[in-house]
Amino acid sequence: MEKFTRLTATACPINAANLNTDQILPARYLKWPRSAGIGKVLFQDLRFDGEGREQPDFPLNRPAWRDARIVVGGRNFGCGSSREAAVYALYDYGIRCVIAPSYGDIFSGNAIQNGLLTAMVSDEDDAALMAALEAVPDQPVTVDLEQQIILCGNKIYPFTIDPVRRMRLLNGWDDIALTESYRDQILAFKSADRARRPWAVPSTSAT
Amino acid sequence: MNQPETLFDKLWATHEIARREDGDALLWVDRHYVHEGSFHAFSRLKERGVPVAEPGLTFGVADHYVPTRGPRRAIANPEIARMVRQVEENTAAHNVTLFGLDDPRQGIVHVVGPEQGLTLPGLLIVCGDSHTSTHGALGAYAFGIGASEVAHVLMTQTIWQKKPKRMRVTVDGKVAPVITAKDIVLAIIAHIGADGATGCAIEFTGSAIRDLSMDGRLTLCNMSIEAGARCGMVAPDATTFDYLRGRPYAPKGADFDRAVEVWSKLTTDDGVPFDKEATLDAGAIAPTVTWGTSPEDALPIDAHVPDPAREPDEDRARYLRGALEYMGIAPGQKLTDVAVDRVFIGSCTNSRIEDLRAAAAVLAGRTSKVPGLVSAGSSLIKQQAEQEGLDRIFRDAGLEWGESGCSMCVGINGDLVASGERCASTTNRNFRGRQGPGARTHLMSPAMVAAAAVTGRLADVRPLMAGRKV
Repeated sequence: MEKFTRLTATACPINAANLNTDQILPARYLKWPRSAGIGKVLFQDLRFDGEGREQPDFPLNRPAWRDARIVVGGRNFGCGSSREAAVYALYDYGIRCVIAPSYGDIFSGNAIQNGLLTAMVSDEDDAALMAALEAVPDQPVTVDLEQQIILCGNKIYPFTIDPVRRMRLLNGWDDIALTESYRDQILAFKSADRARRPWAVPSTSAT
Repeated sequence: MNQPETLFDKLWATHEIARREDGDALLWVDRHYVHEGSFHAFSRLKERGVPVAEPGLTFGVADHYVPTRGPRRAIANPEIARMVRQVEENTAAHNVTLFGLDDPRQGIVHVVGPEQGLTLPGLLIVCGDSHTSTHGALGAYAFGIGASEVAHVLMTQTIWQKKPKRMRVTVDGKVAPVITAKDIVLAIIAHIGADGATGCAIEFTGSAIRDLSMDGRLTLCNMSIEAGARCGMVAPDATTFDYLRGRPYAPKGADFDRAVEVWSKLTTDDGVPFDKEATLDAGAIAPTVTWGTSPEDALPIDAHVPDPAREPDEDRARYLRGALEYMGIAPGQKLTDVAVDRVFIGSCTNSRIEDLRAAAAVLAGRTSKVPGLVSAGSSLIKQQAEQEGLDRIFRDAGLEWGESGCSMCVGINGDLVASGERCASTTNRNFRGRQGPGARTHLMSPAMVAAAAVTGRLADVRPLMAGRKV
């Protein structure tokens, strides 16, 4: 997993609450392997109409934001389906950071597994960032994970992120390697648990 | 005496293998359900050349991509056929039991798990599907995970979690006849919002929750995720134990009785404070339908949809305009004036036998004014419904009696609602394009879908049930 420390890039505001993972990546693309180029169909049904024509009003289609690497979203960003491919689509399009007041829990967990930063800001700062970007669309925005701040114009916006997730992103840590160091504890737990909760194992008489 | 604990605290403590200084805990997973969509995770096992750590605790189903109309093996779309084949190959390669397309126990993962007695009180259950919260209905700690976590569980049978906040949702009183768990949960989501329970483990309590059957509790917990919750649960009681006794994978005989002794203690102790609380009066809940593009957009059937012109908050007014435009509904329109094009009864939310009976009770001797599909939650439920003659009622009403699977809830098997069409649906998400690009979804209970079918519009089921047995 790629590390995330600091990023300066254009940021695209998408002013919608409850933007769910069905919008980020429509279900019909879930059968695609990631190698098929899932970034191409990010926000497919919002970016394009039924005939494949670009929707000029959708922010990511506006010239200033086409190459954005940061998305500024509304509350409950990424709610809904657990599809991790929604994160692949954002990441493979080039997005490395989402800024929003709150996230769907499963989405933010998936994001961290793939090196996508989900920065939490207050409702006021979220609205202020959106307004600043609408006013000067192509101004660069800097997201600094070490300091947990966002720089936009001459303003500084603090953001929060779970400290464990912050460390993992800063170091590019992988869960599996970490869990392997707990192998003995897992084995000890398993044998004690089998004695304590014999009923927790599926009854074999079913098969 | 020990510190008083919530049901959730007890479940968490039982599964904690290790806790890091930073607070994240490594938890033991009792059941892991996989489906066609788990292919990303199986690919990662292959890349690393490692086996499934606990194949005996892992169970596969074919549900998301299986055909629910027409012959089951003749899948015309090669990409869809590949999805079904992959789960067969991946589970076979790792010695994992599969309830596949040809298995009489096949069905939707969140229907099959409880039905087979795989889901039990006190278990930690994960699945790469957000509606895994369903299994909390039996007093399990169950939550949806992403593909990376699926791979982690396959490799280690464990998962890292931060302890969620504890939320209690209390629904006291008695619901009116014909009011179901679906009306209750839509009312809850409308009340607390689509992010009202974000970061929380919900425990549903109160006399109206206790009164729910197991099928009703499964519907309730299923939609916890639509309020943003990590999981939802109901403390196990006699309803739970009666439901589980004799299920294929549940403990048997004296083992079952010993398990019930343990399960009976899985309740929240008196006087434990919760981080968040919400309370609803069951008696005030009407038949409820959604009008917009988020499950929080739910209203009693006799209401009018909002008018953006009367909304003082600019962002909210913009949302209302967009949602109404997408849904093709006029500002302030009366819900019962909205005509529907199609109905769907099915999905992990509402496809169990009681759901089918409730819809059939409305449809018996009547004709649907619109086309529609009924898809039982499992092949066993389908069989039971046929034995009860429910399939005849649906067919006689003009509806299609399909096979079991996720079907038109998510449409990835090809069963789509056409662009611009309006569907009265027993499913869980009314998101834009959820049932197909441009599709318009109204969520409601099976009885309310049946009422929409016979009237051709969103309708109050109560007068249609006058003189009929609920």
